[in-house]
Amino acid sequence: MAQYAVLIFERVPPEELPEGVMQGHMQLPDRIAEQGGRVVAGLALEPPETATAIRGGAITDGPFIETKEVLGGVFVIEARDLDHALALARMTPIVDGGVEVRPLVGFEVLEAG
Amino acid sequence: MLAATVRVTRDLDTAEEAVQDAYVQALETWTRDGVPARPGAWLTTVARRLALNLLRRRRTLEAKLPLLVEPEADDPHGGGPDMEAIPDDRLRLVFTCCHPALALEAQVALTLRLVCGVATPDVAHAFLVSEPTMAARITRAKKKIAAARIPYAVPVPEDLPVRLDAALTVIHLLYTTGHTARAGDRLVRDELTARALDLARMLRALLPGEREAAGLLALLLVHEARRGTRTDAHGRMVRLADQDRGAWDGALIAEADALIVGALRAGPPGRFLLQAAIAALHAQAPSYEATDWPQILALYGELLRVWPSPVVALNRAVALSMVDGPAAGLEAVEALERDGRLSGYRYLPAAKADLLRRLGRDAEAAEAYREALALTENAAEQAFLTERLR
Repeated sequence: MAQYAVLIFERVPPEELPEGVMQGHMQLPDRIAEQGGRVVAGLALEPPETATAIRGGAITDGPFIETKEVLGGVFVIEARDLDHALALARMTPIVDGGVEVRPLVGFEVLEAG
Repeated sequence: MLAATVRVTRDLDTAEEAVQDAYVQALETWTRDGVPARPGAWLTTVARRLALNLLRRRRTLEAKLPLLVEPEADDPHGGGPDMEAIPDDRLRLVFTCCHPALALEAQVALTLRLVCGVATPDVAHAFLVSEPTMAARITRAKKKIAAARIPYAVPVPEDLPVRLDAALTVIHLLYTTGHTARAGDRLVRDELTARALDLARMLRALLPGEREAAGLLALLLVHEARRGTRTDAHGRMVRLADQDRGAWDGALIAEADALIVGALRAGPPGRFLLQAAIAALHAQAPSYEATDWPQILALYGELLRVWPSPVVALNRAVALSMVDGPAAGLEAVEALERDGRLSGYRYLPAAKADLLRRLGRDAEAAEAYREALALTENAAEQAFLTERLR
């Protein structure tokens, strides 16, 4: 199995996401497992207004790259190949935006201590 | 041969390397022992063996590399000495090269390079880019195939319609690049059309149940039947209305017609089959005027439904002018002009000019011809439009 990051780009801020979409996100790992894949990790980001960028040592308010669809979260999946990964990523609930699928070079969680 | 070898390596670069080595070995062995009875099978067998060796060597070097060799057990064609029966491998390679996760230009380049075996400099020449540019494009695409694990497989049934459409689009683009090249020499263009026809025939043979594969082959056959009459002895473009219908290749048109009739009976048509049906109606008409325009108009209506493209709408407008008169056609073309999506598309002002001329509005027609002329880089089309301006 290969690992892919699924980057979620969404125009609707997290607090305004409809109940059904939120539930869809909660159920996603199970649905992906049903299709022979696996969610390895997931993370949800606070809105870009809370971001701080550091470029060449200078600190600025806001995200590194301004986009209409905001990077709202990332999850890591295991899939057989790109076709499988695309089929799994396509199940991500989206209101107005889309996802990007990227193969991972590596994925590691460092244990505390 | 490359396709059969990729099946072993799952890696295009290794496969290419192995195929090249097989040729080197053939040169040595054949010079010494004579050419074997089945040179193709011999080469494929050697290339696959070399690929396996290469992989084994690499595996010991890079312990982390996953096992790339597919078990031979599920390979209905593998194992035996006769390796020429490898159609599934070519099909898989087509679907890898025409994967929508690759840019269209990369899909086209990879298909020419890997499925058709055209050398990189020739691929570069065909698409009017420098050799390093094309080599970089191909390398980038191969890297993505490896890194993102674009599968070397025929898509699952639920994905097949979309993926087949992508493959057919690439083959159609290959043909039209050869057919209406904006520039470039004739030899390259003939090569492209021939390769595209081969590919269309192959897909049709390997996917006999897919109506769109039959549709694309039929469409290319009709184009091919009329190819010689598209330009005159001086290389100038000849309009469909003025082409020498007696010089069209009746055998190719009949072959296309049989494909179209069979596929239309089998179910609702897709965009390639509809385009083929339209082209075949033109090809079978005794003259431009005596063409079955109402039927063509109806087919364009259906085509616009399954494929809502402004280019289709423009063609439908021309058909409309043949059924309801040039004023109705002009109205439709002007609506498209306002729509804006076709700005810069040279056939819009050319079609408009033609309709204006038919309405006797010569000054406006000349203006539109000049607009079309400014948008084309193809010498044959420029000569044609200049002629119309006189």
